[in-house]
Amino acid sequence: MGAEFVQLSLTPILIGTLSAIACALPGNFLVLRRQALIGDAISHVVLPGIVLAFLVTGSVGTWPMMLGAAAAATVAVGLIEAVRRLGGIEPGAAMGVVFTTLFALGVLLLEQSDTSRVHLDVQHALYGSLESLIWFDAEGWASLVDPVALAGLPPELFRIAAVAALVCLLTAIFWRPLKIATFDEGFAATLGIPTAALGLGLVMTAAVAAVAAFDAVGSIIAIAMFICPPAAARLMTQRLESQIWWSVLFAVVSAVAGYVLAGYGPLWLGGQDAVSAAGMIATVSGLILALAARFGPHRARQGRVRRDDPQPQSR
Amino acid sequence: MSTLLQALSLSAGYNAALVAIGAALLGIAAGFVGSFLFLRKRALVSDAIAHATLPGVGVAFLVMVALGGSGRSLPGLLAGAALTAALGLLAVDWIARRTRLAEDAAIGAVLSVFFGTGIVLLTVIQTLSAGKQAGLKDFLLGSTAGMLMVDAVVIAAGGLIALALALIMRRPMILVAFDAEFAAATGWNLRRIDMAMMGLVLAVTVIGLKVVGLILIVALIIIPPAAARFWTERADHLALIAGGIGGVAGYVGTGISAAAPDLPAGAVIVLVCATIFTLSLLAAPVRGVLAALIRRRRFQIRVHLRQGLLAMARQEPIFDPLTLAVLRRRGLIRSDGVPTEAGRAEAARTRRDELRWEIARAMHRDDPAVASYDGLTPIDALLTADQIAEIDRRIPPASGVTG
Repeated sequence: MGAEFVQLSLTPILIGTLSAIACALPGNFLVLRRQALIGDAISHVVLPGIVLAFLVTGSVGTWPMMLGAAAAATVAVGLIEAVRRLGGIEPGAAMGVVFTTLFALGVLLLEQSDTSRVHLDVQHALYGSLESLIWFDAEGWASLVDPVALAGLPPELFRIAAVAALVCLLTAIFWRPLKIATFDEGFAATLGIPTAALGLGLVMTAAVAAVAAFDAVGSIIAIAMFICPPAAARLMTQRLESQIWWSVLFAVVSAVAGYVLAGYGPLWLGGQDAVSAAGMIATVSGLILALAARFGPHRARQGRVRRDDPQPQSR
Repeated sequence: MSTLLQALSLSAGYNAALVAIGAALLGIAAGFVGSFLFLRKRALVSDAIAHATLPGVGVAFLVMVALGGSGRSLPGLLAGAALTAALGLLAVDWIARRTRLAEDAAIGAVLSVFFGTGIVLLTVIQTLSAGKQAGLKDFLLGSTAGMLMVDAVVIAAGGLIALALALIMRRPMILVAFDAEFAAATGWNLRRIDMAMMGLVLAVTVIGLKVVGLILIVALIIIPPAAARFWTERADHLALIAGGIGGVAGYVGTGISAAAPDLPAGAVIVLVCATIFTLSLLAAPVRGVLAALIRRRRFQIRVHLRQGLLAMARQEPIFDPLTLAVLRRRGLIRSDGVPTEAGRAEAARTRRDELRWEIARAMHRDDPAVASYDGLTPIDALLTADQIAEIDRRIPPASGVTG
């Protein structure tokens, strides 16, 4: 746990943790609003957005990528709505039509364009490369106070930190309207809350989180971060406030445990090379969800007797 | 262009022809099977199934290598894929039924977690067979390059079997899709039929892994039925049309991808599907957007014509520009807005029709023909001459319209 840890593992763990938190926060509302698959759709369309931004600007800088992905998410949401309304097609199928098409477009553009100079390929887009986000300039814990070494931190860390802070801030600011609109949209509308705009804002926030997490974990595993911690948290409590805290806890545990298991697990088992950290993070979040689904105190639907429940005694 | 024609006419070489036929059969099976899933409104379950195949591919590879094989046998890999896909399907079903999470959360959780586990296994395989390319990454986005005869036969045969099973089971599947409660009441076992339908989707998904890849195979299951829905109102036709669209997309898509470098077959097939979908959305005769726009415009013109004529009959001034334009175009008013001879006659007829309707509605309150009054249809299109004569006798003479 010395210099090597700081250099190789500290920044990936931080980036993974911040990504997980940034995704889990909006994920709570998506899961409650039965829009979990919007997260799925958005993280798929991040790819075409980033590729287009790269083709237009020729760089993989923060802003072009963020803007491209946000634009793609907006276009995707608009297209889903258009297909649903114009075509009279149910929302699930409309989503399936739109995000697969946009993803295919992204793959095609990526294969057609010359991206050999930059770190942008399909595999990276699908499951990220958390392990590569290391801190070259670090020489030990002392580097944390060394301005020269700090300047060499991977830029992804600042990006995800800013996004995580933004997501936390937005959640805090819009807490009340979001909570009311999530549980009772009609009531929220009568209070004068612009529910449509709020819903779109939530989706956009999720899109921004997806783009930021994209660096670290790619588009598919970002879905695990959107859905698994909030879903597990939902089975632990009845209150939204505590659900949020549970989901943050689960997100952090998934990210840290996933990274450690991926990096050091194979060594403990006598192997030599690490396995995919992003994949392991998703696996751990899935295990947490499985445990919550089996043992969570609030796992069952209310108002319905579970088959394995003892029947209430009547006398 | 000529290379495309070559590919489409199956003369671009033995391998290309093989791939094209396999992809076409796959597309037909996927579109046909997907139709029932689409009608059941559970299209995105296929997304969970597709992503859940990845760990199976990895496990199958590891098992086959442990048994001394090369680990690349397609049937073996597909069997492993089917196994974990079935596990994923059961997990979605269990979460949605036994916990309070909705099906969409279950789908998202299963697809991402299984995919993540699959990625972990792929990296394990990478380190085990350092240097040797296992080629498992082809299953992510599909690859038609270097497809073997035996692979194509597996795909084609699998597609045919799935298609045959779907044909046999189409009745109960349609029944369950349209009225699950009725189906249950008439003795069908809902869960078993749903599971059988998902099993077929699973089969198609697994077969399509090699060509289209696990991320885009859902497109072949979802898009053709969604496109076919624009062309028909009948479930059996829907399945046939969707099969046709899927087949065309598979065939044309592989043809295009063979015609130029760097055109991945899976993505191109999906984009061909999406093109057909977009054309259907815009141009389908009844449910399409263009048809709806035309219908709306015609209706608008009928309303303006009717209201304009009624206003003329009551000698009220007309200000609405569309009404004026409609009346002018039909020669019912002059360009300065004064009614023509024909316009006055038509206005009188419309006025009489409106009067007849008023009386008819008072007389025959319970008659469905009269209840269908929409303020546009002439009454003689619905009632017999005798009925109209009866109505005319009751028109108060003061209104004195003739003609």
